[in-house]
Amino acid sequence: MKGKNLKSWLYLLPAVIFLACFMVYPLVDVVVYSLEEGYNSASQTYTGVGIYNFSYVLRDPYFLQAVKNTLILVVITVPLSTGLALLISVGLSSIKKLRELFQTVYFLPYVTNTLAVGLVFMILFKKTAYTDGLVNLMISWFGGQGVDFIDGPYWAKMFVLCFYTLWIVMPFKILILTSALASVNKNYYDAAKLDAATPWRIFTRITLPMISPSVFYLIITGFIGAFKAYSDAVALFGVNLNAAGMNTIVGYVYDMLYGNSGGYPSYASAAALILFAIVFTITCINLTVSRDHVYY
Amino acid sequence: MKVVLKNLTKIFPNRNKKIHSDVIAVSDFDFEIPDGKLIGLLGPSGCGKSTVLNLISGLETPTKGRILFGDDDVTDLPPENRGVGLVFQNYALYPHMTVRQNIMFPLQNLKGDKKPSKEEMERRVLEAAKLVQIDHLMDRKPSEMSGGQQQRVAIARALVKMPAVLLLDEPLSNLDARLRLQTREELRRIQRETGITTIFVTHDQEEAMSISDMIVVMETGVMQQMGAPQTVYDDPVNLFVAKFLGTPPINVFAGEVKGETLYLGGTAVLSVPGAPDGAVTVGVRPEGFILDETGPFEGALSRVEVMGRDTSVIFTHPQCVSGDIRAIISAENRVDESKPAVRFSLKPHKTHLFAADTGERVRFKDR
Amino acid sequence: MEERDFEKIERSAAARRRLKSAVTYLLLALWALMVLFPFYWMILSSVKSYSAYNSEYIPAFITLSPTLQNYFDAFTAVPLGRYFLNTALFTLLTTGIMLVVVIPAAYAFARLEFKGKNAVFALFLSLMMIPNELVIITNFVTITDLGLRNSFPGLILPSVMSVFYIYLLKENFEQVPDELYKAAKVDGTSDFGYLVKVMLPICRPTVVTIIILKVIECWNSYVWPRLITDDSAYFLVSNGIQEIRENGFGRENIPAMMAAVVVISVPLIILFLVFHRKIMEGVSRGGTKG
Repeated sequence: MKGKNLKSWLYLLPAVIFLACFMVYPLVDVVVYSLEEGYNSASQTYTGVGIYNFSYVLRDPYFLQAVKNTLILVVITVPLSTGLALLISVGLSSIKKLRELFQTVYFLPYVTNTLAVGLVFMILFKKTAYTDGLVNLMISWFGGQGVDFIDGPYWAKMFVLCFYTLWIVMPFKILILTSALASVNKNYYDAAKLDAATPWRIFTRITLPMISPSVFYLIITGFIGAFKAYSDAVALFGVNLNAAGMNTIVGYVYDMLYGNSGGYPSYASAAALILFAIVFTITCINLTVSRDHVYY
Repeated sequence: MKVVLKNLTKIFPNRNKKIHSDVIAVSDFDFEIPDGKLIGLLGPSGCGKSTVLNLISGLETPTKGRILFGDDDVTDLPPENRGVGLVFQNYALYPHMTVRQNIMFPLQNLKGDKKPSKEEMERRVLEAAKLVQIDHLMDRKPSEMSGGQQQRVAIARALVKMPAVLLLDEPLSNLDARLRLQTREELRRIQRETGITTIFVTHDQEEAMSISDMIVVMETGVMQQMGAPQTVYDDPVNLFVAKFLGTPPINVFAGEVKGETLYLGGTAVLSVPGAPDGAVTVGVRPEGFILDETGPFEGALSRVEVMGRDTSVIFTHPQCVSGDIRAIISAENRVDESKPAVRFSLKPHKTHLFAADTGERVRFKDR
Repeated sequence: MEERDFEKIERSAAARRRLKSAVTYLLLALWALMVLFPFYWMILSSVKSYSAYNSEYIPAFITLSPTLQNYFDAFTAVPLGRYFLNTALFTLLTTGIMLVVVIPAAYAFARLEFKGKNAVFALFLSLMMIPNELVIITNFVTITDLGLRNSFPGLILPSVMSVFYIYLLKENFEQVPDELYKAAKVDGTSDFGYLVKVMLPICRPTVVTIIILKVIECWNSYVWPRLITDDSAYFLVSNGIQEIRENGFGRENIPAMMAAVVVISVPLIILFLVFHRKIMEGVSRGGTKG
């Protein structure tokens, strides 16, 4: 038995080593960092222990800007992407011809490099001295006033960020919802149809309750994902997000850690923990709400 | 309401690229279901029974032919406007709704002046629930109920909107044996009480025979015979119907008619006045054998099974094409099990002749 | 009267069905256009010549004189080929090491009996919930302190682990019937032999799914490589593209930039087109993004 135990642990050893070094230890360490005041990364010394790092971060205007940006992004993209994905998935599951083609096309953004395609979005939306860009051209077709979405007013930049985020997150949501819809037994629809339920009533009374676990799963992961937004913003506005006023919380963490403004792992840790607290709280709220509304 | 099917045909386009012909699920169905009757649609699995139900309910559209409810042609009417109730094989109860909500759902879908008031709805829901005796379970969810109870809820849901026609797809197949007996009596009672024209689909002939006013036997999309259960049993139009109905099944032999006499392997066993000469397939019901020391029909005795009320004699015969032969005789007759052979004479009206090639019935005067 | 009512219902039902299906297809086509258009635009822009692109004040939707010059530029003016090789190497090694780590662990959880198995597994599961952002800070410091910045070990080691894949594989391993294990034991196969000769072939679909998901993850990874490399000799494609954007061809050579974007996107798109069923199935079972 002893030999058997030993052998089992041998199988687990690589995984345990990796997890211990790169997950468990960092997890403890990040808390330690966040409490070490005046940490100097060059000399690896600190002056005291306390919550100064948290209060510094919470007063930092860049952090507050990042929180504001992230919140706006979350509030706009999570409901919008879930709703739109629901609409598209319902449409998708009501057709037979071309269905597979549409599904494949819709999934494409999932396998693309966020940074690379972000560049395409940038040139589509950007207005330079040489060209107004395609989107502004379209706006002018409808008689609108062009605007630089990349270096222009705040709302325009936020619009592109939300738009690009939407484009990136839709494939996953469409995929999850189409497979949820496909797993609903067709008999329920037939029964409801025979009972003269209108399509809208079938959707709200039958379809939605049946796929509610998937919808809530998407809302929860959607919140988590949107709170961690970063690389899409970098793709659109470049690495200096603070200058563009478009930083996100995760962006703030990395900026504190590295780059021109970096070298403050303590502040980064504090910000990361604050982010984790926010996400954790929202997830708990989501789970509580879903328990009341998901019938499974 | 009377239901009329005229030349009803349903062809499913072929999805399988290896086989080139389309699938004919229902072929040229033509019959009339009288108002207020309970009809059993009977056939082996995959014979297109469920497709017929789906066509009547409107969930599928026919390739050809018409469907009439009363005098109204409903062929092109969408299912929600037909006013049929359908009980699915798996019941299709909405899992997130209680029994009350499930039964009320069809009523809530009604529009305009057809939509009853809240109180009226409650009343009708309760009435339907009482009819199927589940009024004490109104606040349960389907997952908290047994199969039999779910079945009742499904029936109540189908009945609550007073359908013109009630359709049941294999209503008893998901129940255990004891419950099946009980539920089929229940079905009969509910149908009698409501007087709604009811069509149910089953592959279980005993189920169909026991409660139907009329049965329709079908095979591979083609209707074989329709009539009162006893009539179809006693007077099958072809070999398929004869074989499909009856437990234990009919015994089948290869025989020949010569000069109005039926021969099995060269032995004359029965006089068949009016039957033409030629090779025939002979079907003898288990109850068609009379134990008779001097009878013309001799078989090699295998064993005797005593059931109390009656006795099964199992024996073999070289001309038999359906394996062991089973004869059911009254328990008062004693079979001498020490003898290797057993002799019978045949009851003419329990012996059916079919053309050897087509399986169509060959008639003779049996009296 | 009755008859006419029926006709009306039938006609309006048929009309509604047609309208509904038309609207559905229109909506779906619109979203397909939304998805595909950026791809079209990037390919289009990548084959326009520099001068043609910059002279278009109003962007043209097609080009009559496509050129491959930009692709040539993309590989010569910036070390795109090097980024490419780096990424390929990074992806290959990370995925390979991941398999070596994940498969035995999943096997131990699924098949072997040892003390504390359930406790350890629970611990593993709880680690699944830890966001990367939280651990990346210390990892950054650790790798820096080890002097592994701008090196492949520094890039790869913290990217290897995915607890989720252990979980996915363990679930699949457990579905292999016990009898096979007993039969293999009777036949004198060792545990390891059983894993390699029986378990892995049976569970190949899941292993392939894991590989594909990990490859996608590696190919597109940006944050960690960005933190840990500032020497362009170790850049991956994501950092490369960012570098090109910030100070590559000069800010205005958009066509060359788009050529680079096409080159970077193509491998995964080809992978996707070949394995799209498998990838979509795998992602719906366990991928997350966004």
